[in-house]
Amino acid sequence: MSEKHKDDVTGVETTGHTWDGIRELNNPLPKWWVYTFYACILWSFAYWVVMPTWPYLTGDGWTYTQGVIGYEQRNIVTNELAAVAEGRSGAMEQIATMPLEEIANDPALMEVALGAGKAAFGDNCAPCHGSGAQGSKGFPNLNDDDWIWGGTLDDIHTTLLHGIRWDADDETRLNIMMAYGRDGILNRSEISDVAEYVLLLSGQPHDGEAAVRGTAVFESQCVACHGDAGTGNRELGAPNLTDAIWLYGGDKEAIVETVSNGRSGVMPAWGTRLDEGTIRSLTLFVHSLGGGEK
Amino acid sequence: MTDTATTLERLAAEAAATAGASPHGEEGERYTAVNSEKNRPLYASRVKVYPKLVHGTFRRLKWLVMAVTLTIYYVTPWLRWDRGPNLPDQAVLLDFPARRFYFFFLEIWPQEFYYVTGLLILAALGLFLVTSVAGRVWCGYACPQTVWTDLFIHVERFFEGDRAKRIRLDKSPWSAGKLARKAGKHLTWVLIALATGGAWVFYFADAPTLAGQFLTFDAPSAAYLFVGLFALTTYLLGGIAREQVCIYMCPWPRIQGAMFDEESLLVSYKEDRGETRGPHKKGASWEGRGDCIDCGQCVAACPMGIDIRDGMQLECIQCALCIDACDEIMDRVERPRGLIAYDTFRNQERRRAGETPRLNILRPRTILYSVVLALVAAIMLVALSNRTTLDVSVLADRNPLFVRLSDGSIRNGYQVKIVNKEHSERIFRVSIDGLEGAILTRPALAGEGTATVIVEADKLENARFFVSLPAERAAAIKGGEADFDFVVTDTESGKIATRSTTFRGPGK
Repeated sequence: MSEKHKDDVTGVETTGHTWDGIRELNNPLPKWWVYTFYACILWSFAYWVVMPTWPYLTGDGWTYTQGVIGYEQRNIVTNELAAVAEGRSGAMEQIATMPLEEIANDPALMEVALGAGKAAFGDNCAPCHGSGAQGSKGFPNLNDDDWIWGGTLDDIHTTLLHGIRWDADDETRLNIMMAYGRDGILNRSEISDVAEYVLLLSGQPHDGEAAVRGTAVFESQCVACHGDAGTGNRELGAPNLTDAIWLYGGDKEAIVETVSNGRSGVMPAWGTRLDEGTIRSLTLFVHSLGGGEK
Repeated sequence: MTDTATTLERLAAEAAATAGASPHGEEGERYTAVNSEKNRPLYASRVKVYPKLVHGTFRRLKWLVMAVTLTIYYVTPWLRWDRGPNLPDQAVLLDFPARRFYFFFLEIWPQEFYYVTGLLILAALGLFLVTSVAGRVWCGYACPQTVWTDLFIHVERFFEGDRAKRIRLDKSPWSAGKLARKAGKHLTWVLIALATGGAWVFYFADAPTLAGQFLTFDAPSAAYLFVGLFALTTYLLGGIAREQVCIYMCPWPRIQGAMFDEESLLVSYKEDRGETRGPHKKGASWEGRGDCIDCGQCVAACPMGIDIRDGMQLECIQCALCIDACDEIMDRVERPRGLIAYDTFRNQERRRAGETPRLNILRPRTILYSVVLALVAAIMLVALSNRTTLDVSVLADRNPLFVRLSDGSIRNGYQVKIVNKEHSERIFRVSIDGLEGAILTRPALAGEGTATVIVEADKLENARFFVSLPAERAAAIKGGEADFDFVVTDTESGKIATRSTTFRGPGK
């Protein structure tokens, strides 16, 4: 530091430093800046009093000053969630109690139901049925028009409520595709023959002679559930064998495997897990995907 | 001629009153342009400007422009425009919650915001053109900063008197009279500022409703916030900051340098005619001297605190008040008007060179601005006249891309969004075209087999459709993709909107 020095041109004091003959003006801070700075300091004192601020240690561990207005972010979230539930409750209560067809005829309710259904589907159903409900091997595609247990609103609602082969639910949908090979009911050639007959039923290339032999096997073992023509029975959850949709694959190898080892896919009963409003929303949502029946 | 003498005497008296008011004034200078370059060192706080009232063409023009612009600003939100039931009847309304902008017959949806963009481009080009022809016409007459500052100065003049009185008042010690004058001025300013902010919020909500809410104190808090904000800025910028806004805050003075050239009409002091300036005694010869009698009236009148005789400067907003001030004096000393006038740099040169001054408005610059302006206006007009009140968009399902049905056919799902921009309900028939053998269906609950969609007035309807193609046809699609059209027909007017989309299948 050297002695005080004033700049000739501006008349402003310099900082006293010299860098290769260059001096720096020591202009005062702008007033507005200084006052804003003071205001911020005052503000911070007020903030300490009003808002939760200082952490301190007590016998029980760390805590903090609560502030006089009791501001707490957790409360805000709780209140917001409560407000959402409150805002929805009217609609969701109606959805939970009104007949499904009536909900479908009310555009405003339907909008809520489809939105809630879509969200619930993503949370609960998508892991098996896929995010677009397109399914995969063993998990039905919910977009198509083929339903094992029925595709009306009531059918879908029942399936959702009680599940399929869900032991914990007394009213669950239950049937058995027996393991004809593993349990020794049919031998290998009989299974191969009946598979050829199933290929014939669904209009696929097949071995004619084997299919004729398979007819007898089909009539003795399969018609009870799948029907004389192999068109299935929704009461029993027996799939239609004549259409183009196969849950486990429709080629010879897959059919032989199905007949030999049986199939028994499981869907949980959601009645104990989700509330009625959500289940009905899911029903309407799944129904709206394109396969819903009247 | 006695008139001239009394004027000059009065000016001298006024100057005496002013003397010492300006810290940068040189000895003997009667009027000081506080913001001229030589008087304003880099490091100095603001010196208040006391613009003097002038009378004349441009002052009258400014009163007129002020009356017109303020009337437009305050009255517009109250204009009504019938759009039918359930729609706002406010002629100009920026309805953010409902996402609509209404301008009289025009209604802008968010996706049509390019109309607003177009208007802004037109405004910018118009500004360029006007600036290249006649300088900062916007700054001088129409800019809200100028209009409100002018209004606030007028209020100040009403309470505190003209320039000399105001200077004296500011220098005098505080007294009851001074307090009353100052309080009256600031109170009026605050009222004007509140009215300004108040009018602003009426553009964003139904004006009569909101006004009623203000009276009963249950307007939305956002309304109070914005009234407060705009009242504060109006008071600060129009009443306190004034010319500093133009000099330090506004970017336009910096940009305008690129907008005008030596042929642009700018408010200028005709140096060739005015110099050599100096006091003139009544009856003395005008030979061998300029017309400028150095009375300083142009400086006194200037709201920006500059001396126009210093030449073109950034601070000058070209309000032309100095023209009026000078013309008044020229009349009194019986010299021709127009010592300060709208003039061009080139004409100054031409006069010095003995040529006849002329206006050269058709220059490449102005022609270019005009052409571009006309072009954008034409595009806007075409776009506006082709604006449809039926807008259709089609979204194909992507998850899953397609669904195989039990009979082997392939089905695609589509969201067909139909926007009805008319103010009455319309019934549309939806069909498909260009996909042989395809069947159009809707979800079972939407009403079996019906391809009719009803869209309420001024609403968007989102309808779901399915298109199925028999197995063999679907398999025949090359690459698994085929383009086709959704055709939406207004059953009443027969208007048709067509949107192309894609059908996807597994392919071969």
